[in-house]
Amino acid sequence: MRVPLSWLQDYVNIDLSAEEVADLLTNAGLEVKEIEYIGLPGAALEWDREKLVLARLLKVEQHPDADRLVLATVDYGAGEPKVVVTGAPNLFEYIGRDDLSDLQLYSPYALEGAVLYDGHKPGRQTATLKGRALRGIYNDSMLCSEKELGISDEHEGIVLMQQDEYSPAYKAGTSLTDVLGDAVLEIDIIPNIARCASMVGVARELAALTNQPIQYPDYSVVMDGPPVDDQVLITTDEPELNPRFTALIIDGVQQIPSPYWMQRRLRLAGQRPINVVVDISNYVMLEMGQPNHTFDYNFLRQRADEYAPDGPVHINTRLAQPGETLTTLDGIVHELPPTAILVTDPAGNLSLGGVMGGLDSEIKDDTTSVLLEAAAWNFINIRRTASTLGIHTEAGFRFSRGVHPSQTILGANRAAELLRQLAGGTVRQGIIDTYPLPPEPVVVELNPAYARQLSGLNLSAEDMAELLERLEFAVDPYGDYLQVITPDHRLDIEGPHDLVEEICRMYRYDRIPSTLLSDSLPPQHRNTKLEREERLRDMLVALGLQEAISYRLTSPARENRLLVTGAADDRPYVTLTNPPAPDRTVMRHTILSSVLEAAAANSRHTNRIALFEIGNIYLASEESELPDELSHLAIVLTGQQAAEGWQGDQSRTYDYYDLKGMVEQLFSGLHIPLTVEAVSHPTYRPGRAARLVVDGQQVGVMGELHPAVVKGFELRIERDQPVLGAQLNLELLQSLMPDTFPYRSLSTYPPVLEDLALVVDRALPAADVEAALREAGGFLLSDIALFDVYEGDQLPSGKKSLAYHLTFQAPDKTLTDKDVYKQRQRILKKLDQSIGAKLRE
Amino acid sequence: MLEELNQRYEAAITALEQAADLETLEAWYRDTLGRKGSVQLLSRQLGSLSEEERPVFGRRINEVKNELEAAYQAKLTAVEAAALEAQLAAGAIDVTLPGRQSERGRLHIITQTLREIYRIFGDMGFQVYRTRDVETDAMNFELLNFPPHHPAREMQDSFYTTDEGIILRTHTSAGQIRAMREYHPDPIRVILPGMCYRNEQVTIRSEIQFTQVEGLAVGDDISFADLKGTLTEFAKRLFGEDRRTRFRASYFPFTEPSAEMDISCILCDGQGCPVCKHTGWLEILGCGMVHPNVLRNGGYDPEHTFGFAFGMGPERIAMLKYGIDDIRLFWANDLRFLQQF
Repeated sequence: MRVPLSWLQDYVNIDLSAEEVADLLTNAGLEVKEIEYIGLPGAALEWDREKLVLARLLKVEQHPDADRLVLATVDYGAGEPKVVVTGAPNLFEYIGRDDLSDLQLYSPYALEGAVLYDGHKPGRQTATLKGRALRGIYNDSMLCSEKELGISDEHEGIVLMQQDEYSPAYKAGTSLTDVLGDAVLEIDIIPNIARCASMVGVARELAALTNQPIQYPDYSVVMDGPPVDDQVLITTDEPELNPRFTALIIDGVQQIPSPYWMQRRLRLAGQRPINVVVDISNYVMLEMGQPNHTFDYNFLRQRADEYAPDGPVHINTRLAQPGETLTTLDGIVHELPPTAILVTDPAGNLSLGGVMGGLDSEIKDDTTSVLLEAAAWNFINIRRTASTLGIHTEAGFRFSRGVHPSQTILGANRAAELLRQLAGGTVRQGIIDTYPLPPEPVVVELNPAYARQLSGLNLSAEDMAELLERLEFAVDPYGDYLQVITPDHRLDIEGPHDLVEEICRMYRYDRIPSTLLSDSLPPQHRNTKLEREERLRDMLVALGLQEAISYRLTSPARENRLLVTGAADDRPYVTLTNPPAPDRTVMRHTILSSVLEAAAANSRHTNRIALFEIGNIYLASEESELPDELSHLAIVLTGQQAAEGWQGDQSRTYDYYDLKGMVEQLFSGLHIPLTVEAVSHPTYRPGRAARLVVDGQQVGVMGELHPAVVKGFELRIERDQPVLGAQLNLELLQSLMPDTFPYRSLSTYPPVLEDLALVVDRALPAADVEAALREAGGFLLSDIALFDVYEGDQLPSGKKSLAYHLTFQAPDKTLTDKDVYKQRQRILKKLDQSIGAKLRE
Repeated sequence: MLEELNQRYEAAITALEQAADLETLEAWYRDTLGRKGSVQLLSRQLGSLSEEERPVFGRRINEVKNELEAAYQAKLTAVEAAALEAQLAAGAIDVTLPGRQSERGRLHIITQTLREIYRIFGDMGFQVYRTRDVETDAMNFELLNFPPHHPAREMQDSFYTTDEGIILRTHTSAGQIRAMREYHPDPIRVILPGMCYRNEQVTIRSEIQFTQVEGLAVGDDISFADLKGTLTEFAKRLFGEDRRTRFRASYFPFTEPSAEMDISCILCDGQGCPVCKHTGWLEILGCGMVHPNVLRNGGYDPEHTFGFAFGMGPERIAMLKYGIDDIRLFWANDLRFLQQF
């Protein structure tokens, strides 16, 4: 909401700078997002106090040699009146009148040397006023438009301010800065300060914060028209949704432009002036927060003549009927939801209560009698209707946050009186006020000890009462308690905690002390799962993998690129009803897809990709309404295994064994015994996939991705470049991570190294050979390292050779050649029996 | 003959001085002190001298031999050192050529940020309590004092699932009730990190998915002053000792009183700059005293139990710390971004 300080000043005395006001309000919860200065220091165009003053118009004559120029004689408060040549179209109507002084017209007046915006150029370009002849008449001063002053983009004519009994007092020669200079605060109205969505609302806070009285607008109204009597009947079917409906009738209204001071305030507040009737309606809403609506009263009466020729105009509020439509004043036909509350008469509907007026009942150019409505509505209902229909109005903004029913009569009176003063209206005697459901006053008992504990502020009950009274709470001591009555304009106070916030706000948050928790330390709960997950992250990073974090929203189509169909986890997706994009409709089922997408994105610019991600996958649950959220890990490797240097050492591309090495190091680091078994899996290339097994349980799958998967994810890589992937179930893996493990003592006896080349069937997995070696080697065989694999001409077909470095070491003695020889023979014999392995000659 | 000896000594010294390499040095030694060297040959003539001359000449020739030997050793050391120096100089390399990079991985910047938050609050007795991403409307809103259709819900546009009443959590506050219900009636100090989701336009400032860290302290002696102190301590430890904090009134349905905490701008130190929009302050987290209704929904008696809660965005913290200007970088997984941290 835009709040001009000059307007605020009508209700509260302001001795502070705009920054200080902004600071006070921001600290109290009315966050000032921005301050826009007009004419003042800090403005984009700062006005020269000497060269920009207020001038009074004395005479307007036609320029002798130019049809479109006039000569205006002005009094600018110094010496002789001056003649200024101008083309302002809004001065032409005054040509020929000898003396204009009875009109009391004032205008901003610039003297030679003043810096202004050029009104004839687009945008805002500054120019310095210089004297020159205009069609033969020398001119060195100027009457200004709003655009030239930087107030708005308005350049249809000069600013003309008429002084009358309702306008501010003007004086020729006053520095313009003091008349039109301003600072506009842009305040963020968060839901619990709906009461501040008006000038009076902000002024009330500022008055309380500066401990000053507030000067409310004059809510009295002069009623000198005929009595209303029973010409209008107002009823409601829904007192809960429409607890109050107040109306006044004003006749003789003229739809003239509103006075400049009102137009200016509306523009500063962000509203476009239309005519005095519309402007007053908006002005009163901005001023004191109660939205109001004007109906064409004759239109209502004509309809009444049909449905009740001798009876009253009957306004009733009710819910929309099935299929009912309403054309709002912007010409749009709305199909109404059944929860929409309508202002109607027996002939049909008239307006959408609290949100927007109807086209038919709206005031028209020839309307002179208006029925002015100020009503109270249920904020939740208004909010729902406005958002269902997508109608966002200033009235809807306020009503959907809550306006107290006490305000209707004030708003109606204020608008009626302004219509009388500024639009020539006559207010009929009598207020039609239907108030079926006045809210109970909110009374809260506040225990000062509770307030002290909650706030940490050591205030006396008297101090608390004083702070609350500034905000118009009525406070009475009541035993140890304070009995606090909430003022009429507030809807946000429910209990003592709300009052504590008010006390803190008025005391100022920044004055409340800062202390560290002195409460005793609660029972401590270790988060083992997180600790293990973080340990895994550290290990993966140490293996050279970069951590990724992806969007968890994806689509089945994106995940189907893994080519898994009918998988074990074929449970339904968690599916959004309002997805942000067609390809982000569900919560992911797999994390491998996320990491592959990351790999694909990076493949456009990077030739080494080594990524991992740890995060949840989401599987709909059969037992619970909430899905299972399971922690998973995926790894993807592709491209250069190391960066290419300048020394010409050729870098390998990642292959399956790089991935397997990382996985092995991960498991050995975790002290989990891992078994790797060949597996067939649709995501992976046939013959290049393995399952990871621990104690008979599968904890994951890894392998070289199937070329069709690589293609599906659109990785930009070399032809035939392998892409390796692994996915692990961390729920399972974490449960297998031991907290501790036994240390292996260091032997002080020297190891004996032996090489052994074995010939085995080509199809026999190396893991089986190694397992058989360990089995056969017993405790003396302390280490096994494969160093060569050979298949070829020098071997019988269907055979391969595996060559190992074996390390023998005894914990208690030095092994002799004879010991080792015996052990070697034993191994060969056993391997022949178990896997048919022979020594390669 | 003594004169002859002195001449030969002088000549030898001169020759030695001129020797510049090992070969010349060896030749010099052979020709001077070697078995048939000039000095050695003279010593053989000792016998031909008279009784008087002999001791004088003998002493002198020993002196000469020792001096020449020492001069030779010194020269030898110098020549060897020079030879080594020359050899090493020939092996000079360009020390400015790029070094070999070992391939290392890095933790995602958000993991790093989360760990820093865990560490600071861990020191203050707060432990990590993780809850779910897919939540009930009750946990995310209703039990946190957001009635249906409440305007405060407008601040957090939700993603709804096809299951009625099940949404993606819009804030980690959703875990507050779960923590309270698990631990009541014990006091609580936890932080709740996690991924949150809001149906917003994705821009350089807002994302549909973001991490949050919620904090919750519940006990019988906890005040708004404690909230201020705890969070100010956190801000100083995360952003530096000289950070100032500002608490201003705000609104969250689940806290009362509510506040926003700002820190003095880390770029301009409060002087005003484009990053802090010339206010000198940066908004860093929302906080407040746990609303009585929320305490009650968590199983506590709000007349005798008090609590504070706060929530912050690790992405925002990282953006401020490193001057990152586009929030969309966090989940884009671009290695050129991730590997900078």
